[in-house]
Order: sequence, then C-alpha cells, then structure tokens
Amino acid sequence: MFKHCVRKSLAVSIGLSAALIAGSAQAEGKLSLYHWFEYIPQELLDKFSEENDVEVTMDTYESNESLLASLKAGKLGSYDLAVPGDYMVEIMANEGLLDTIAEGELANKGNIQPQWVDVPFDNGRKHSIPYQWGSTSFAVNRDVYTGDINTTDILFNPPAELAGKINMLDSQGEVLLMAALHLGMEQCSTDRDKLKALDELLQSAKANWASFGSDVAKDVLVSGDAAAGQIYNGFSAKARAEGANVEYAYPKQGYVVWMDNVVLLKDAPNRDNALKFMDFMLEPENIAAVTNYAQYSAGVTGAEAFTDPELAKQPESAPPEGSAPGAFIAVCDQATQEVYDQLWTRLRK
Amino acid sequence: MAAAGSGRTVSNTFAPVRNWLLLPTWLTVGIFMLLPIALMLVYSFLTKEFRGGVIWEFTLAAYDQFVFDRGLFGDEAPSIEWTYITIYFRSLVQASMATLLCLLIGFPTAFFIATRSPSTRSMWLFLVTIPYWVNLLIRTVSMKFLIRENGPLNQALLGSGLIDTPLQLINTNIAVQLGLFYSYLPFMVLPIYAAVERYNFSLSEAGADLYAGRWTILRRIVIPAVKPGIIAGCILVFVPSLGAFLAPDLLGGAKTFMIGSLIEEQFKGNAGNWPFGAASAMILLTLVLIALLFYARAQTKEQV
Amino acid sequence: MFTGNNNRTYNPRRYPGFLFITLVCLLILYAPLLVVMGYSFNDNLSITKWSGFSLRWYTDVFTGPEAAKFKKAAWNSLSIALSAALVATSFATAAAIGMVRGGAFNGKTLSFGLISIPIMVPEIVTAVAMLIFFSMIGLKLGYLSILIAHIVFCIPFAYLPISARLQGIEASFEEAAQDLYADRWKAFRYVLMPLMLPGMLSGFLLAFIISLDDFIITNFIKGAGVETLPTAIFGAVKQGIKPNIMALSTLMLLFSVLLVSLSYFIGRTDKEKNDAN
Repeated sequence: MFKHCVRKSLAVSIGLSAALIAGSAQAEGKLSLYHWFEYIPQELLDKFSEENDVEVTMDTYESNESLLASLKAGKLGSYDLAVPGDYMVEIMANEGLLDTIAEGELANKGNIQPQWVDVPFDNGRKHSIPYQWGSTSFAVNRDVYTGDINTTDILFNPPAELAGKINMLDSQGEVLLMAALHLGMEQCSTDRDKLKALDELLQSAKANWASFGSDVAKDVLVSGDAAAGQIYNGFSAKARAEGANVEYAYPKQGYVVWMDNVVLLKDAPNRDNALKFMDFMLEPENIAAVTNYAQYSAGVTGAEAFTDPELAKQPESAPPEGSAPGAFIAVCDQATQEVYDQLWTRLRK
Repeated sequence: MAAAGSGRTVSNTFAPVRNWLLLPTWLTVGIFMLLPIALMLVYSFLTKEFRGGVIWEFTLAAYDQFVFDRGLFGDEAPSIEWTYITIYFRSLVQASMATLLCLLIGFPTAFFIATRSPSTRSMWLFLVTIPYWVNLLIRTVSMKFLIRENGPLNQALLGSGLIDTPLQLINTNIAVQLGLFYSYLPFMVLPIYAAVERYNFSLSEAGADLYAGRWTILRRIVIPAVKPGIIAGCILVFVPSLGAFLAPDLLGGAKTFMIGSLIEEQFKGNAGNWPFGAASAMILLTLVLIALLFYARAQTKEQV
Repeated sequence: MFTGNNNRTYNPRRYPGFLFITLVCLLILYAPLLVVMGYSFNDNLSITKWSGFSLRWYTDVFTGPEAAKFKKAAWNSLSIALSAALVATSFATAAAIGMVRGGAFNGKTLSFGLISIPIMVPEIVTAVAMLIFFSMIGLKLGYLSILIAHIVFCIPFAYLPISARLQGIEASFEEAAQDLYADRWKAFRYVLMPLMLPGMLSGFLLAFIISLDDFIITNFIKGAGVETLPTAIFGAVKQGIKPNIMALSTLMLLFSVLLVSLSYFIGRTDKEKNDAN
C-alpha cells in the first residue's frame, strides 16, 4: 500500500515537472526589462502586455553601477531595455552596450520635450529616450530633528540627534558627488590634496552612518530604522505619504539632479517589442502614469495633462526660491575614475 | 564514515557496475562544482578590467589588494591593509560567537530531549527541527521584523514598562549574531542529540557511586563521551555562519561587511572587481578547509 | 547503604535548568515565526498597528498587483525543486548503491569526498564559482543555470539518507535474488528498491526543501526575468516588510511544515513496520 503510494507520487511528480518545464517556454511575444526597483506601476506593464500581446518580464537593480556590473557579468543579451541614469547612458554607450535606434524607428520620437533631445549624454537621442527626471538629496525625520536641514552638514557633519541614524544610498555616483558638493570641489578632480580631503571627509562621516542601501531608502525612514537618509525626491514623497514625518532637503551647497532614460540594449532578444515599448513610453498618458506612481517628472510633451496636479505642488518637487542649482553626475576619464572607484572601495570596505 | 558497514563484511553485489553507478554523480559534481572552483582559483590571478570583467593577464593584484594598502592613488609605500583582514577576523569572531551561543543553548536542549522517554522524544525533536525547514530568508525577515526599533519586541517591552527607550538592535552586531544563532541552532542540536542518545548513562551512575557531583559528572564524563557530536554541531554551525549573507545584509544594515557581503559586492554591487571577489572566496574556502581538517583530525583522534 | 541512597536521589538524566533552556530555545525559534504569522492577519496596511483580523493579505497574494510575479516565482521554485530533487535522488541512489554495494575499491574515500563537496563548500563560494563558470562557457543565465546548480547542491543531501538506509539493508536479499538468476537490474528493481524507498523518499524530500530554500546561489546565477520565491521575496522585502509578504511567508511556512510532517510520518510508519517485523 505504502509502496504503491510512493510510486504513484513519484510518477505524478515526474509528470508534473515535465509539464511545468514545457509550460514555462511557450509565450510568443516577449519583452525583457531591466529596471530600477519600485519605479513603474504593474498596471502600466499589464496595459502594454495586453495592447501588444507581449509577455513582459522585469528584473530590478538598485544602482547605475550595479546595472553596469551585471550587464558586463554576462547578462547582456538577456534583456531588451534598461533604464540607466544620465551619466550611465554615456558610459554604457562608450562600453558598446547600447544599440542604435535608426531614424524613423520610433514613431513618437517627436514627443520628446525639446530640451531633452540634444542632451550631453546622448546627443540626438540615438540610444535612449527620456524616462523620468528628478533630484537626489536627503530627507530628515522632523520628529527627531527640528533644526535647519538645508545643508549637507546633515550627512557629513550631522547634529547629535541624527548621528548614527543616517542611511546612505548604496550608489557610488550619488554619494561621491554629494560629498564633493559639501567640500565645494569640482567633479572628476585630479588635485591630489582635494581628493585626499574627500577621502578623509568620507571616512570621518562614515562613523555617523547607520547603513548603506538604495532600495531600502524609503523603508528605513518609514519604519524608523533611520532618522535621516539620502534619497530621491519622489521616493521621499512616497515615504511621507506612507506616514513618515520627513522633509526633503534642498541643501545650499547643491544637490544631485538626474534623468533616467530607457535605452535599447545591444543584442536585445526582442528588439521590435523593445521599440514598441519605447514608443509606448513616449505616449503622454503612459509616461504620466509613471510620474503619478513614482512622483518624478516626465520629459514628454503633453504629459502634464495626465499627471496628478497635486504632484507639482509637493515640496519634494519644488526647490525653494534662491536654492542652489542641482548638478548632474559627470563622466570621468579612466585614470581619474579609478581614483574615485578607490575612494568608494575605501568607503565601503 | 566513508568506510561503509564497519564490522560487517563489505557487500559487493553491484561491484561490476560500480563505476557506471557512480559516474553520473562524479560527472555532475566534477564538471559543475570542482571545475568551477578551479576556474575561480584561476580568476583570482587575473587582471581586473575597468568597469567589470577580467583581462587574461596573470597578476597577484587581487591578493595584493587584500593584504597591502597602497594609498588612495596606489603609489604610496605599501603598508598592511587591515580592512579585509578585519572583515575576515570579524566574520570569524561572529561565527565563533554564534557557534558558542548555539552550543550554550543547544547542548542543554539536546541533552534534555535525548533524555525524554522515546515517545515524547520524537515530539520534542520534531518541534526543534520544524523552524529549520522554514525558508532561511523568511526566518531572517521575521527576525528583522520582530526586533526593529518600533517592532513587536520593543512594543512589548515598552508596554510592559521594562524599558523606557526602544532597544536599538537592528543594524548592530548583536542583531547579526542573533540572526546567525537563530539560523543555525538546529544544526547544533541534532548531532549532539544523536550523541547523547547513544550515551550509556550507567557511566554517569558509576560516577555518582564515586561521589561525583552531577555537574562534575557532566563535565568529566558526559561531555567527553559526546564530544564527537559537539564537534560536529560546532562545524555545522560555524561553516555556514562564516559565509552567511542574509543575516548581515538584512539585520546588520549591510554597513559592517562580513565575508559574504564583501564577496557579493565584488560581483553584484558597485565594486565590480571579479578577481578580488574570486580571491576573497578562495581565502574563505581555505579557512573552511582548515576548519574541516581540524574536525577530521579530532574525529580520528577520537577513534584511536 | 549510603551509596544506594545516593543512587536513588541521583537521576543521571536530569539536570536542573535544562528544561528551562529548552523552552527558551523553542521560544527563540518560534517567536519570530509566530509574530509574522499573527501579523499576516492584520487588517491594517501599516504593519506596526493592529486593527483587527482579516484575510485581505492572503487575497492580495493571489489577486493583488504582485500576484503574477509571485505566481511565476512559485512555479519556478516548485518546478526547479521538483526536477532538481528528482535528478539528484536518481543520481544519489545510483551513487549510494555503487558506494555501499560496490565492494572495497580504491578511491572510495575520494569518491565520498567528491559527493560531499557541495555540502562542505560555503554557499557563497559555490555561487561565485558557478557564476564564473557559466559566464566563461557562455551559458545564458536563467532557468537552466539555476536548475544545474540546484541539482549539484542537492546531490549530497539526497545521498546521505539513501546511503544510511542502504547500509541498514542486509545484502543477503539481493544475493538471494541473484542466486535465483535475477539480473542486477531486476535485483535492484524488485528487491533492493522497495527496501530503499523510504530512504529515497526522505532523500527526495530533503533535496526538495533544500532547493526551495536556496537563496544565495540562485541570487547569483539567476538570469533575465527568472525569479524563485526566495529571490522575489528578498526583492520585495527591500522595500519594506509588507503584510502581503507576511501572508506569503506564512503560506510557505505551512507548506514546509506540511512536507516535514509528511516525511516524519512516513519515517514513523516505516519504523513501526520494521519494528513489527
């Protein structure tokens, strides 16, 4: 009896696993997306799926640098599209990781807002389309600290209430630029004394930081695990919406601005669907859905008509009068970049 | 262990086809386990490519980076680089502490269970092993939820008036410790249980006849007799603790690196330094092999 | 006389405080799981406040916005665990017969060492080695790479219970069968295998659960769009421990407990049958 049961269950499991393996390889139209975490509403992906009869799969990454690392670690050729930030588009193009979009392949290319067409990181938009843009500074829990927060001292020379309760993004570009702004030094510096000062600043500030993490940046503020944290503006707005009493800072020393872009990856397995998706994301209504979800700004003409009017009034998307301008992250040459990589390694080790 | 059926005649009914029976396993483990480890050793001696990947040029740079600090610009006189040694040392200490903690709680538990009547024994054992079958990730996440600053533990303690300010456990070494302890405790209990179950309690009685106190009996008679079980338990806790990734990442806030997170960072994170990651993994493997050799030696000594 | 007295009061199996420590041990083991189970029934979106019993997060797991992702991950997890455990159990059964019934041979210790390598090497090292290997031979990371890795690290877990069982079976059974001119396959199929089945089954279950449980190795070598439940949960947890994750965890927890109870009772019935013999 017992033996019989076992034999039967083995037979059933063999059959079942065969069916599962067969079942997993049947979809026809596919699109494979490599995207930032918590950035696109599932409903929008479902809409694209339905309209085009394409099965969309999405994996997520948590920093521009880890996107680059995993594409170079053998994942190129598995994905059709990725969403790197401005400087990373330039790096990926230089590394030969991007495919070129021929003239006329994108029907909606004309929807790109004029100021986002001839951008320094992809002049004429040969590999990318604008996705969302926003800023990165930091947010402070106002229950914990009530003083002036519009200074980078909050991160690098924090008041006693915040010391040891700060989360930093696990993102080389954003942390190093923020530190450079704090010192008032230029990006891609080759001045050894300045670089040494930067190194010392990071090492001394590290003692006051509780954790490094990008995808957790919102949750640590909401859960109270951190009292202040480097964060993207839209993510900070979401933290506030989820009940954290946080205020997003516009430090007088400056802050990071960025634009994420949908890029066509080299060796994309579903290139046609990838182009369809790019066109889809250039429709004002669709890109506005991302804006409403992630609470950043779109770079597509006409998207304003579909975005939640409340968003524009949010403190996270409106720098106060007279605040310092934001800065894009610069791409350095190899020798300089290796020193900055070393700075990061020394910080994270 | 390897020499099957000690004391029994070695059966050889399948001897003529033995190699064919072993071949699938040999091939699978050989190709997909041994070969990759050999390849990893090779990679640890290759040159790192700018922004990820490797160049096929032999260099000791990865091991050099592990041991020497050549300053921010790489041109200073080398001094000893303490960072990675500290990470490994910290991981060793963490793993040892977790092992010790597991032993302190696990030994009495195993002893208690092994001395129940046979029918209740299996029930106790079942209770202790169930959590082990629950996904490690889920267990770690549960622990994180329980001990976070405004989590149930702190709420309960605050509510009962035992503490005034919430315990800051999350993102500390204690949290990592607790996570490791919690992850691997059953690994300690099971081998000790098996050893105590086989222990002949008339030895304890003989000790008592000679007027030894119960704690002296435990220390001088029971513990030496069940030592193989204790050592096995320690190894089973120590080895996975050493390379643990989830507990440091989720409970330690990923700020204090342990070996596991250091290696992960080289492949998945910003660092993108494959040779250094391979070298770090090789060093970890060497440490584990040393621990296993120590174990093997203790076992053979036991048998002599 | 005095000695006898002493013997009556002294119970070598009893130590004061050991019961207490055992209870503490169980408390530590169960508290986090029970808390998560409890909070999975919380009606409130904010997980820190309790606002009444509800099954909404269980509905959310199956119909919520992330349902499709979890469903796919669950299929991947189950199909990989099933296939890996089946292959590993077959290989391990063959290997166990070779080792235990193969007579004495050169390299037996070496062979045993080879089989147990995947257990002895820390997971993170296995993960790195396999990532390097797959990227070197140009195998696209995805379902297949995960499956191969799972088969490899499941083999020793399947092997241990099978070989333990086989060592307890007298060789005289197959010898008798062979005396009756059964060939080796028949001796295995009709004599040895029925006796080995409980060992094979617990080996299979152990391998199955080990495969379901794996995070570190899968996380390293998974490819585009292929997630297993642990990697999907890990990704979700990074954005906060949401109640739906707790509901999903509770379901996985119950599934594991069901499997263990199954193997426990199979083991017990088998033991009782043996005892009766």
